[in-house]
Amino acid sequence: MTDVETKAEVSPEALPPDEGSDPRKRLAPALGFRGGLRWLWAQLTSMRTALVLLFALAVAAIPGSLIPQRDVSPIAVADFIADHPLLGPVYAAVGLFDVFSSAWFSAIYLLLFVSLVGCIVPRVLVYARALRTPPPRTPRNLSRLPAYATATLQTDETDDVVRQRTVTELRRQRYRVIERDGTVAAERGYLREAGNLVFHLSLLFLLVGVAVGGLFGFRGSSVVMVGQGFANNITQYDDLSTGAWFSDDQLPPFTIAVNRFRVAFETGPVQTGAARLFELETEVTDRPGDQPYAKTIEVNKPLTVDGATVHLIGHGYAPVVRVRDGNGDVAFSGPVVFLPQDGNFTSAGVIKAPDGRPERLAFEGIFAPTARVDDRGPRSLFPDLIDPALYVNVWSGPPKTETGEPENVYSLDTAGLTPLKDADGQPVRILLKPGTSYQLPGGKGSLEMTGATRWVKLQISDTPGIAVVLGSIGAAVLGLCLSLFVRPRRVWVRIREEAGGSRLVEVGGLDRADARAGLSEDVADLVQTVALGAGAAAPDRGEKENQ
Amino acid sequence: MNLEYYSSAALVTSVVIYLLAMTAHAAEWAAARRTPATAEPAELAAEAVETRKFAAVAAGSPKSGSATTASGPVDREDTNQTRLADLKIELWGRVGVALTVIGFGCSVVGVVLRGLAAGRPPWGNMYEFTITAMVLVVAAYLVLVWRTGARWLGLPVTLLAAVGNGLSVTVFYVAIAPLVPALHSVWFVIHIVAAAVSGAAFTIGGLMSALFLARQRAERRGSVTGYLKRLPTARKLDLYAYRFLAFAFPLWTFTVAAGAIWAEYAWGRYWGWDPKETWALVTWVVYACYLHARSTAGWRGTRAAVVALIGLASFWFNFVGINLLVSGLHSYAGI
Ligand code: HEM
Repeated sequence: MTDVETKAEVSPEALPPDEGSDPRKRLAPALGFRGGLRWLWAQLTSMRTALVLLFALAVAAIPGSLIPQRDVSPIAVADFIADHPLLGPVYAAVGLFDVFSSAWFSAIYLLLFVSLVGCIVPRVLVYARALRTPPPRTPRNLSRLPAYATATLQTDETDDVVRQRTVTELRRQRYRVIERDGTVAAERGYLREAGNLVFHLSLLFLLVGVAVGGLFGFRGSSVVMVGQGFANNITQYDDLSTGAWFSDDQLPPFTIAVNRFRVAFETGPVQTGAARLFELETEVTDRPGDQPYAKTIEVNKPLTVDGATVHLIGHGYAPVVRVRDGNGDVAFSGPVVFLPQDGNFTSAGVIKAPDGRPERLAFEGIFAPTARVDDRGPRSLFPDLIDPALYVNVWSGPPKTETGEPENVYSLDTAGLTPLKDADGQPVRILLKPGTSYQLPGGKGSLEMTGATRWVKLQISDTPGIAVVLGSIGAAVLGLCLSLFVRPRRVWVRIREEAGGSRLVEVGGLDRADARAGLSEDVADLVQTVALGAGAAAPDRGEKENQ
Repeated sequence: MNLEYYSSAALVTSVVIYLLAMTAHAAEWAAARRTPATAEPAELAAEAVETRKFAAVAAGSPKSGSATTASGPVDREDTNQTRLADLKIELWGRVGVALTVIGFGCSVVGVVLRGLAAGRPPWGNMYEFTITAMVLVVAAYLVLVWRTGARWLGLPVTLLAAVGNGLSVTVFYVAIAPLVPALHSVWFVIHIVAAAVSGAAFTIGGLMSALFLARQRAERRGSVTGYLKRLPTARKLDLYAYRFLAFAFPLWTFTVAAGAIWAEYAWGRYWGWDPKETWALVTWVVYACYLHARSTAGWRGTRAAVVALIGLASFWFNFVGINLLVSGLHSYAGI
């Protein structure tokens, strides 16, 4: 803090030498325990520490942007660990995959905010006192000030009248003015420090808002087949992450029927296949028994229901299939979600028929919305549903006893299964187009593709405290502008009797922040206004700038 | 032959003209190098007058013209040689500025045609962002030249504009395509415009900080020569850099906030530590460091200027490096 206060006293133009020495450095803590604590506190709340902590924050955030992060891209983290058997565990141990929730990152920003509080509270008090303090007394020698101008008084008015005019003019320019010992002292720009305090205080509120969101918020997602629906119930989520103080009954009991999904992709030569349109037509029911109403969800136009926000964050394809087992019974029927693997929606997935008898069946492979098979294998050439096809391998095995353990629907656990081979001993590869079916060799059953449909991934989230966050940012920007653009300035005016009997008006000015200029022009203007009164001839103008 | 083609042609032309302008300014400084090496007091005084004009304008004072009558030092030893050198300097300087104006015209045409061809504001990818930012940088520079005669920025600005537009048309170039749905948002437009303006101001502030460092070193060694001699004093440069950065910082704060609002609409979270977001924050924090450094004893001047340059580096790394190196939700470089 001392840094700033001393700065205010010197002329803004007179930058002190670069390598100033900090007196605090010499204050070794040979002061006993309490003295030591006080010393520590003074260190922590010093401007220098704030600077170092800010820098540390910037540096600490960098690995988080270059190394994959677990809560942004868990798969990339897994890949990274697999690719770097030596580095991976080390990174994991020091939290480089979770930088923004790591102990060291948290320590930096918490220390920064402690420092901020320690810094702001005394400054608020100082400011409150400054607000009640009148402008400082007039220096004896005004010509020493950074800006100084004089003019000979052109009227016969008394000093009192001239001073009154000065006061009026300065008040008009929104100075706080006081007359003292026959001089006028004025100050303005109190809002600068206020702005600075508001800015720093808003940072605290920002932190509070973010913390509220983190503690009470939730965000989850669910894959919903087009034509089906979603009920906001914890069992319907594929994944759900919640704040520490979140409780399940915070989930509003709405349901969403997903009726239609319109998509369009770029067919032109540039950025071919890039998404151009997503529109999801839904029917929303706020709570059971309410009247449903139609709503469209688009990218950037989420749906808000009962405090929760529903975003469309992904989509893909689901081949619709029917599996018959060796007995000729339908062992599975319906759409199966395949996950897109590339920009053209070459999608991978597994069709499972665990109820097949005498043997259970499973199919693993690829779905392509615009299919192409060549020596590079089956893949999709375009993301839209133009010429879909399904390519799968077949597995079979004896029925598995139900363990009740959850199983990943997107991957196949091949334990207890054997790949089905054809007469030549090659693994069976099936290629299906909509409306076709395939009889498995050895009478093991059949697979039929009846069509393909789309699924969408909905994200449901609520971040309480977002209003606090937004409000603090708004206040911060406002405070910042005040703090950077308001010019705190002091002006003094004195009327002096000259040797020849004429009277001289002297104006001296001082800017307390170096953000702005124009001081000498304003001082020159003021001296004219004061010396001339209204509408007199130009005075002799002695202007001088002490830089 | 279509608008898109003419847009690229205009931008390529601008690169060539900026390069020529840069050459002219280089010649200007080369001519200046041959003038006597000592910085006479009279010259410093002349500088003070000139820079005061600058200061008045930057403050938005209506009286910017009031000091124009002040002329350079008259009591200088007027040998024929120095007069010739002065003429040369002046000539090359004027040529440089004139060429910059032409180059600027070309790049404005390039950006406008690009927008017309695309039927939307031309800020959809890194290519479009960079050419827009360059227009803003050169516009700010030309305003400074016009109002305050800050021709001393000519060399670095034309160099930057040539490199910026040059990289754009060669490396970053993508053909016109409609925006992906995530970019259909008013917040996106606000966010990008604010980013481009604050980027331009950060860049000019950074150039000034770099010039400050060079000039200050020379002043310390007591040998201010050539190009450096024609710069404002180190103290002034520091102040001008501060003005640009102090303007850019609140705007950048707003940029990040607008981005967060857009992210809330697009992805349902206002902050997700995406690489782009992370670097926006890093840039923000570094400039907060700069502002703190300027009011901390021992950090003013040199160290603050270095922090400002680090801030500039992180700004441009975010816009170029992150787009090219790291894949994130924001990677809309399109290449
Ligand atoms: C959360 C981290 C912080 C951020 C992002 C931050 C940011 C800023 C910014 C942008 C300014 C420039 C505005 C101005 O010049 O008025 C500033 C000024 C200032 N900050 Fe901070 N600050 C932080 C923490 C602190 C702390 C911990 C202290 C106490 C040591 C502090 C003390 C000050 C002071 C005294 C000024 C005024 C400097 C002047 O008058 O030129 N700040 N801060």
